[in-house]
Amino acid sequence: MARAVTTQRKALNTTLAWIIGLLIFFPILWTILTSFKTEAEAIANPPVFLFFDWTLENYAVVQERSNYMRFLWNSVIIAGGSTILGVLIAVPAAWSMAFVPSRRTKDILLWMLSTKMLPAVGVLYPIYLLCIQLGVLDNRLALVVILMLINLPIIVWMLYTYFREIPGEILEAARMDGAGLKEEILYVLTPMAIPGIASTLLLNFILAWNEAFWTLNLTSVDAAPLTAFIASYSSPEGLFFAKLSAASTMAIAPILILGWFSQKQLVRGLTFGAVK
Amino acid sequence: MGRITLDKVQKAFGEVEVIPPLDLTIEDGEFVVFVGPSGCGKSTLLRLIAGLEDVTGGQIRIDGNDATSVPPAKRGLAMVFQSYALYPHMSVRKNIAFPLRMAKMEQAEQDRRVQAAADVLNLSDYIDRRPGQLSGGQRQRVAIGRAIVREPSAFLFDEPLSNLDAALRHGMRLEISELHKRLDTTMIYVTHDQVEAMTMADKIVVLQAGVIEQVGSPLELYKTPRNLFVAGFIGSPKMNFFDGAEAAKHDAHTIGIRPEHLTVSTTEGMWKGTVGVAEHLGSDTFMHIHPEANPSETITVRVGGEFSATHGDTVFLTPASDNIHRFDADGMRMG
Repeated sequence: MARAVTTQRKALNTTLAWIIGLLIFFPILWTILTSFKTEAEAIANPPVFLFFDWTLENYAVVQERSNYMRFLWNSVIIAGGSTILGVLIAVPAAWSMAFVPSRRTKDILLWMLSTKMLPAVGVLYPIYLLCIQLGVLDNRLALVVILMLINLPIIVWMLYTYFREIPGEILEAARMDGAGLKEEILYVLTPMAIPGIASTLLLNFILAWNEAFWTLNLTSVDAAPLTAFIASYSSPEGLFFAKLSAASTMAIAPILILGWFSQKQLVRGLTFGAVK
Repeated sequence: MGRITLDKVQKAFGEVEVIPPLDLTIEDGEFVVFVGPSGCGKSTLLRLIAGLEDVTGGQIRIDGNDATSVPPAKRGLAMVFQSYALYPHMSVRKNIAFPLRMAKMEQAEQDRRVQAAADVLNLSDYIDRRPGQLSGGQRQRVAIGRAIVREPSAFLFDEPLSNLDAALRHGMRLEISELHKRLDTTMIYVTHDQVEAMTMADKIVVLQAGVIEQVGSPLELYKTPRNLFVAGFIGSPKMNFFDGAEAAKHDAHTIGIRPEHLTVSTTEGMWKGTVGVAEHLGSDTFMHIHPEANPSETITVRVGGEFSATHGDTVFLTPASDNIHRFDADGMRMG
């Protein structure tokens, strides 16, 4: 009897999970489908689901009108650069917090995280002015630095939780074996934390890739990444849905593929520390 | 060389003083064991010598040079940890070679030394495995190998055997003792197990609450414990203590008699009592006896060989008069 209940429950759970999963995935699916419709079909009422004339026309138009590769390249540089720079800064920071904590370490961690609670728009004006003053508006390097700073608390926090899992005695052993601080971090801590560092890199790459607020506000032409590429197809009147969808699909495709191949690492990164 | 001198060494964690000022000299080539109950500061003392903790006051000298603020990497000491602390991402070979790599030793010399250490410790068959694929005993050997390759001036062991099962522990104890004989290098060994201390040490340092209670050879501690704490801590089973009238007969506040220094008879003796529990080990018989004068107390007796007694039997005990330890009201040894 008990077995029957569990099987039923299992089926129920599976169904629920599928429903929720489909609900979450539906907008993406709809965007992808819409990108293959004509503009008329895209706004047809009632909407057509699968039975329409599939066309690649929107992709051709988008490709013709804007230089996708340039936006893509900017996205890669901004997301990749800010992530790598962030991890380089965060590894020593997380090391010191995890292995030589002071009385204030917990407070500092919380304070760092609290900066993420600040609405970004609150500091838009000062940062915008700073960028003008420094002459780095619409500059990729400036965005690398800004996005790095924005994501740094999360990177430090994630690495900190990973490092906490590493027994301090191993680092002490390295010290006894003659390793200086540099060797200790380079040859012992980092190799042991590679899974953690990998999922941190991945998650932050995705966060930076999807970051729209700063990239839209601080770029125009030269440094504009894929977020700006999508935005350039949205018109206030709500026209050209199909083309907007094609642009969106092109913008999210790389990160979807990356995410697909690194699911395991990502899930570990997202749930780490939550379940032990 | 490995002569280590602690001069008024002191350690406090915030307000809490773990080790009040303490003096100790460890001679070159000596096997010194720090022993004491958990929380007595023995591991902290070892970590101070290693440099993994900073002293709050005093001076540590290694071979006459002030090492108080020298980082651990530069003290020329090697340490074996309780948890082995092997590098999980490196093979046995790389683990052992790590200190040599840090010292930027030539590759050929590194290989030679690693191979030599692996041969000595019977690790040659596992040399390319990762620590995760080894048993506890093998891991401990790798940790020892990592310590010996660099030819340190002293070895520090922090409860290295407490994660091993009893049989392995005995084997490793012998191996470490043999290693000491062969290398003739100073070794400092921390344990809470007084059997390890008694069997391995040239010199035992008994610690309680960060204070050295007594320093001496195993037999000195056994024969002439300086105070009640050492008397009770060294020796297994524990020494029996008597206060009051019995002690007064010997002009002492407390007297102590080791279980092996009591003779048991079923017919006559100084004290009458009933057997509570009798443990028959074959080689020895341990009996826990409730004296008639004070049945709530227990006297432990050790008799060599087999002695037939069961719960409830009446027996008589007689202490060997040469082996009665006398202590004053402060718990210090008299005479």
